[in-house]
Amino acid sequence: MTQAPTLAAEAPAEATELLRFATAGSVDDGKSTLIGRLLFDTKTLFDDQWDAVEAVSAGRGDEYTDLALLTDGLRSEREQGITIDVAYRYFATPERKFIIADTPGHIQYTRNMVTGASTADLALILVDARKGLVEQSRRHAFLCSLLRVPHMVLCVNKMDLVDYDEDTFKRIEKEFGSFATKLEIPDLTVVPISALKGDNVVRRSENMPWYQGPSLLHHLEKVHIASDRNLVDVRFPVQQVIRPHSSDNHDYRGYAGQIASGVMKPGDEVMVLPSGFTSKIASIETADGPLDEAFPPLSVTVRLEDELDVSRGDMLCRPGNQPRVAQDVEAMVCWMDEQRPLRLRGKYAIKHTTADARAIVKDVQYQLDVNTLHRDESAEELRLNEIGRVTLRTTKPLLCDDYRRNRATGGFIIIDESDNRTVGAGIIV
Amino acid sequence: MSDYRVSHLAALEAEAIFIFREVAATCQRPVLLFSGGKDSIVMLHLAQKAFWPAPIPFPVMHVDTGQNFDEVIEFRDRRVAATGVQLVVASVQDAIDRGLVTEPPDGTRNRIQTPVLLEAAEKYQFDALFGGARRDEEKARAKERVFSFRDDFGQWDPKNQRPELWNLYNGRVHSGEQIRVFPLSNWTELDIWRYIGDQSIELPPVYFAAEREVVERDGMLYAVNRFIRPRDGETVFAEKIRYRTVGDATLTAGVRSDATTVEQIIAEVAATRITERGATRGDDKTSEAAMEDRKREGYF
Repeated sequence: MTQAPTLAAEAPAEATELLRFATAGSVDDGKSTLIGRLLFDTKTLFDDQWDAVEAVSAGRGDEYTDLALLTDGLRSEREQGITIDVAYRYFATPERKFIIADTPGHIQYTRNMVTGASTADLALILVDARKGLVEQSRRHAFLCSLLRVPHMVLCVNKMDLVDYDEDTFKRIEKEFGSFATKLEIPDLTVVPISALKGDNVVRRSENMPWYQGPSLLHHLEKVHIASDRNLVDVRFPVQQVIRPHSSDNHDYRGYAGQIASGVMKPGDEVMVLPSGFTSKIASIETADGPLDEAFPPLSVTVRLEDELDVSRGDMLCRPGNQPRVAQDVEAMVCWMDEQRPLRLRGKYAIKHTTADARAIVKDVQYQLDVNTLHRDESAEELRLNEIGRVTLRTTKPLLCDDYRRNRATGGFIIIDESDNRTVGAGIIV
Repeated sequence: MSDYRVSHLAALEAEAIFIFREVAATCQRPVLLFSGGKDSIVMLHLAQKAFWPAPIPFPVMHVDTGQNFDEVIEFRDRRVAATGVQLVVASVQDAIDRGLVTEPPDGTRNRIQTPVLLEAAEKYQFDALFGGARRDEEKARAKERVFSFRDDFGQWDPKNQRPELWNLYNGRVHSGEQIRVFPLSNWTELDIWRYIGDQSIELPPVYFAAEREVVERDGMLYAVNRFIRPRDGETVFAEKIRYRTVGDATLTAGVRSDATTVEQIIAEVAATRITERGATRGDDKTSEAAMEDRKREGYF
């Protein structure tokens, strides 16, 4: 019926889905070994990359080939033997293409973890079977739930070092499960693995017959992500107005953007915010031709039946289902700037959907200890890597939803206007 | 009934189109780096789709080393004419003649492209430069943002990158600073080839296998042409090769191949065991951090 994405329609054999996942953990947990294993076993790791890593490893006198060298791309990271920034890795199977946002685990890199989690469909958290849950595992789980990553996988690694003991696994699984019920984690899967030996990474392990679940890769290939998108609330932030100014297209006026949520069809009644005028969708166009319906994450151009004043930063929605129009915004903010803290009464620029605004910090309600979840209500500022609840007053209304309902219209970034750096990220509560 | 799913290629295309539009809407003077290589050809194709039916609202620029494959330059000019965009050529030869840069003794002009690029950006006051680099190409690139900030010397500071969350890209710059924008960040070599096949995008003939006169140098096959002359002790022989990347003709090598169609290339790429740059670029073999160092200086 609908011929929406021509790419999907024309190439069914290669129409693989995209899954973005974030990994959190430190080198000690075996995270790099696990990523190396996934790349190696899916034949994504190339011979020359392997040779280069082997040569460097041998040159340093490592006892084994250090797979972390694959992901630690910066000179300072290799020199210090630590991951300091998000690295992106890619691999594909016949089922799916995967984007890994590989993030460092330590608390001083909370901002990197938040960055990696912001676009992830799934979070992969590693624990060492010998150590069980540690402070870091709880922090990672909390951050992923805060960022509303829809799926979580806890990998209990190094099972080979506990003799593939079922009781050890069950104990960790139970402990994490009871912790997770305090957070909002819609989907949790726990897999016992050995990244070093390959148990349950790509193939089911014969060493753990008591484990009936899927291998990690099988789970990554099959986990149902199509329903994660919000297909209910129509939100179309306008990026720009397309006006060709040519004789063929003299009267052409289209609104370009990427659909944030909901399903749009020609003939649908829509409202333009903030003006509040209504019209109907005349057509939804792409360079490949018009669409019968459009949905996330497609980038399209929408034309309306009436000539209205619509510009960048405006939003199309349905008259009966509108976002909040708010100038007083409550948000959880993660501060990302090492130079200056977020301060009470501080003024910043913010970017939210395609809209720019300025904001003043009216209140710092509390700073949250990301390890204990304790709230410090005496806090008046947020320093690097700190998370807290703040109240902002914006210069113009934001067209927003609660982040928990809509990741695309509930998140914003904070920019320091003096030097244009991105200094914080906020999620609207 | 539609199940509202999209293929990964459709998702990557939608993301790239979003990025092109963000830059066009928020930056003053964007420019698209266009060399006639496959990644920049895909970029031009995506830019056309992003603004359709309007024309691409910015010019394209080629930093021309003067050491190009003839077929690629011929293709560049034909493609630019068909698209109707303005082409700015920043000439490395001209910069050598003017004394802005000095030709290195080995004759390779890769590294001296950087001052030429920066000079042209300053001259035309470009504040956003689109590049076709992909994160799967090289491990320093795997760490780079989609919107990558450069100071007023064009330098990349890998330790001081702007956090990049959701699809909220920060393209704000002061006068003299730039953003380098990489819409293909999340694409792999295989994605590029599948997209080329899917969209029937035309490429210069060097990308397809043909029998060429070659010499073997440092384990790589270089086609003999006006830039690559056989050295003492090297034998010229005929071999069926194609190019996986097309850069400076003095240091881009070909790979043995029988692939004469995009479908055959996809099959070869899917089966290869060596990375694109590892197989074909003499310039990346210099050191473990060769790319990081060049990027810090302002290279793409």
